[in-house]
Amino acid sequence: MSTHSIHVTINGTPYDERVDARLMLVHFLRDQLRLTGTHIGCDTTHCGACTVVVDGEPVKSCTVLAVQADGSDITTVEGLEHDGKLHPLQEGFWNEHGLQCGYCTPGMMMAAYGLLARNAAPSELEIRQAISGNLCRCTGYVNIVKSIRYAAAQPR
Amino acid sequence: MLVRTTPDVGGIGHSIKRKEDPRFLRGHGRYVDDIQLPGMLYLDIVRSPFAHARITKIDTERAMKVPGVLAVITGETLAKYNLHWMPTLMSDTQMVLPTEKVMYQAQEVAGVIATSRYAAADGVDAVEVEYDPLPVVVDPFKALEPDAPVLRTDKKDKHDNHIFHWEAGDRQATDTAFKSADVTVAQDIYLPRIHVASIETCGCVADFDRITGKLTVYMTTQAPHAIRTVVALVAGHVGLSEEKIRIVSPDIGGGFGGKVPVYPGYVIAIAASVVIGKPVKWIEDRTENLQADSFARDYHIKAELAARKDGTLTALRIKTVADHGYTDAAANPSKFPAGLFSICTGSYDIPHAFAEVDGAYTNKPPGGIAYRCSFRVTEAVHAIERTVDVMAQKLGMDPADLRFKNFIHPDSFPYKSALGWEYDSGNYPAALRKAMLKIEYADLRREQIEKRKRGELMGIGISSFTEIVGAGPSKQFDILGIKMFDSCEIRVHPTGKATARLGTKSQGQGHETTYAQIIAEELGIPAMHIEIEEGDTDTAPYGLGTYASRSTPTAGAAAAVAARKIREKAKKIAAHLLEVSEDDLVWEPGKFSVIGAPQKSKSIQEIALAAYTNHPPGMEAGLEAVNYYDPPNLTFPFGSYIAVVDIDRGTGAVKIRRFVAVDDCGTIINPMIVEGQVHGGLTMGMAPALFEEIQYDESGNIQGGSFMDYLLPTAMETPKWETDHTVTPSPHHPFGAKGVGESATVGAPPAIVNAVVDALSHLGVTHIDIPITPEKVWKILKEKGVAD
Repeated sequence: MSTHSIHVTINGTPYDERVDARLMLVHFLRDQLRLTGTHIGCDTTHCGACTVVVDGEPVKSCTVLAVQADGSDITTVEGLEHDGKLHPLQEGFWNEHGLQCGYCTPGMMMAAYGLLARNAAPSELEIRQAISGNLCRCTGYVNIVKSIRYAAAQPR
Repeated sequence: MLVRTTPDVGGIGHSIKRKEDPRFLRGHGRYVDDIQLPGMLYLDIVRSPFAHARITKIDTERAMKVPGVLAVITGETLAKYNLHWMPTLMSDTQMVLPTEKVMYQAQEVAGVIATSRYAAADGVDAVEVEYDPLPVVVDPFKALEPDAPVLRTDKKDKHDNHIFHWEAGDRQATDTAFKSADVTVAQDIYLPRIHVASIETCGCVADFDRITGKLTVYMTTQAPHAIRTVVALVAGHVGLSEEKIRIVSPDIGGGFGGKVPVYPGYVIAIAASVVIGKPVKWIEDRTENLQADSFARDYHIKAELAARKDGTLTALRIKTVADHGYTDAAANPSKFPAGLFSICTGSYDIPHAFAEVDGAYTNKPPGGIAYRCSFRVTEAVHAIERTVDVMAQKLGMDPADLRFKNFIHPDSFPYKSALGWEYDSGNYPAALRKAMLKIEYADLRREQIEKRKRGELMGIGISSFTEIVGAGPSKQFDILGIKMFDSCEIRVHPTGKATARLGTKSQGQGHETTYAQIIAEELGIPAMHIEIEEGDTDTAPYGLGTYASRSTPTAGAAAAVAARKIREKAKKIAAHLLEVSEDDLVWEPGKFSVIGAPQKSKSIQEIALAAYTNHPPGMEAGLEAVNYYDPPNLTFPFGSYIAVVDIDRGTGAVKIRRFVAVDDCGTIINPMIVEGQVHGGLTMGMAPALFEEIQYDESGNIQGGSFMDYLLPTAMETPKWETDHTVTPSPHHPFGAKGVGESATVGAPPAIVNAVVDALSHLGVTHIDIPITPEKVWKILKEKGVAD
């Protein structure tokens, strides 16, 4: 098995790491860097629990190789909070009861993070479309939509 | 509803934000796959491509040469320790790993232990297994035919595939009522196999310490204490003793019943850790989860209803064949092989009823677990709510009118049903009236008439369900002999803060918040100062776990009773501090005051300090209590749901335009959390109604073992749920609560089906089996000549 050197910036911190050629980005984040906030729900790009933001775009990290992320800037759920203050999305999910078991929540918030970066004032339909690749089994989505609307309404 | 505490205290009735959320929001939840122990090894599993086959050879030579692979465990390995079979919760037996034959596709055949997950997967690919295929039985009716191949050849005395016959009610009186009825209807209803598909799959980290002899297992389980006892019973003969077993259920990414059973993967990981002496992690992937974990439903129901001409229901008769797969691994109270299916008389005062269920073995994975429901209540509710609509259609009555005519009268509680349950409380007409007002039922019926004239297809469907949850009273309920009580231990610390431990385990229901609110209500200690711990068998008192909507009815009750015990002691301390008699004191949330002299009082915090610093002579120090709560009866949450659907004549697609849910779960602890539970339940009710089904072909091949084929609702299909409630407290629960986690999953499917059938009823359609896919509807439209 060949190994490769990669350089990535994750939540503002640069990393130079050796990785196996076949290592998935999600396992690199979780097992190698111990950033376990990004979850695995299906391995097949359907559920979105592993969503992280790579160079501004939400990406399902279970089907991206770590070597493909070489040179990129990655934001994970651990990077949402700044200086001990929750991100408006985190506040929104807390205030609007947008999470129950919490397993899909990091991926859901990262999908929403990508949405709000390109569309500061999304409609309900645009929010639903943006999270349609992220499955939640607990909430029924109504409060997730409210949570994202809450975040969109916060001054930035 | 009366709210007795201030928002700062946050007792019952306050929508306080969830205490557990900050760690989840920051990505610092601790789920089982987040646990990484030094020296940890990984287990991956070889699975059978055949549904029924003799294993002729397992060649591990090539696998053992894969870099990183340390061991391959087979049934023969486990047989040396007599661990290749294990008991199920229904006292049947289940293979851990086979020594002779496999019984369903994706069954575990061997375990590969390696130094990384990738190496373990490589090892699985390199294990070579030779099979000799055997005749496959996937249809339970065929399985019960006299010439069917006998599947459980491991059971020497077993000569057929019949697992159990169960019945309730008076067969003769019911048959007589049917003979003399003015009107009868009969409806075949199939409730297909479905899978809970929690977003987190199942897994564990088994960690055996050779020096201390202690086994710690971090695992995705809804019932850690029961698992500890099962492990002790299964592995006692190899030296695992219950005090040396610690089961830790960490944060759980959704359970819904799928994390109650003991799966072979857990046992293989435990066995490997014990033999190797290192921690072993097993995490199933989604395909394994969908193909091999226990399934729900698979009930073939024939429901018959008898009535007088005026619509008065006189009798209900139900005959069901239940497909349990190759073993009866249902998670059920032992005395009820068909669970609580006998709640099938529902919300109606039906004088005569008889229900029977026959269980069958087939070449499928174990079935009979719940899908967010209390032991077959969904099946029962679907049967009655669907058949009531069939009767309304036959009588030409509005389905709402037929329901109002037959509801158990609000003054008739406690009500003894024809199948033997004593319903504790209910007010069914109030819930249906409220739902009809909210959705403007009469206007919708007028709109429907107009639309039909224009050829548009619109339907309105009602479901007025009654659940039976909170198992359960020890006189009726046990699992492997263990009574189904639950527990709470509360310790109030010197500074007036508290820690409580309970025998249940949250999987997203918000226990860390709601239990704190219950104790805050009883003691006046702010909920934010009450730490809730669950899921660690080394610290929590024994309990049966969280499923079947039992946490609030049992452990929640235990929390209140334990808090009241603490209050009794606190009163003695307050009397001592204030130098008055206990009879002179009055309690209000957070303090005892002297009657007639309210300025003389002691807060719970002052009392807590005194319990450790200045307690009365002769009294033990400390302020703590434990309660094991044995509920006197079950609880009976209910509700009325109304769905409005529009059907696309071009595609057959069903769109839920509106859905109003009025729930009654008795006293509401946290309205925000209750609404969230209803939202989630409604979505998991819609899912099998419209999308989800696990099918098999004749060879037992699963049709669709990924999220590509097994369709969970996304944000695009899920409507904006409209919720409301009525409050009819349970008369026997300490604070009147009933449980709510599963009401909506139980109540929603028939409302949706009834709405779709209603939209097509003028074409002569009387029933459609779930899931109601566009293809199914389109075929009906085509057949009736109304497809665009």
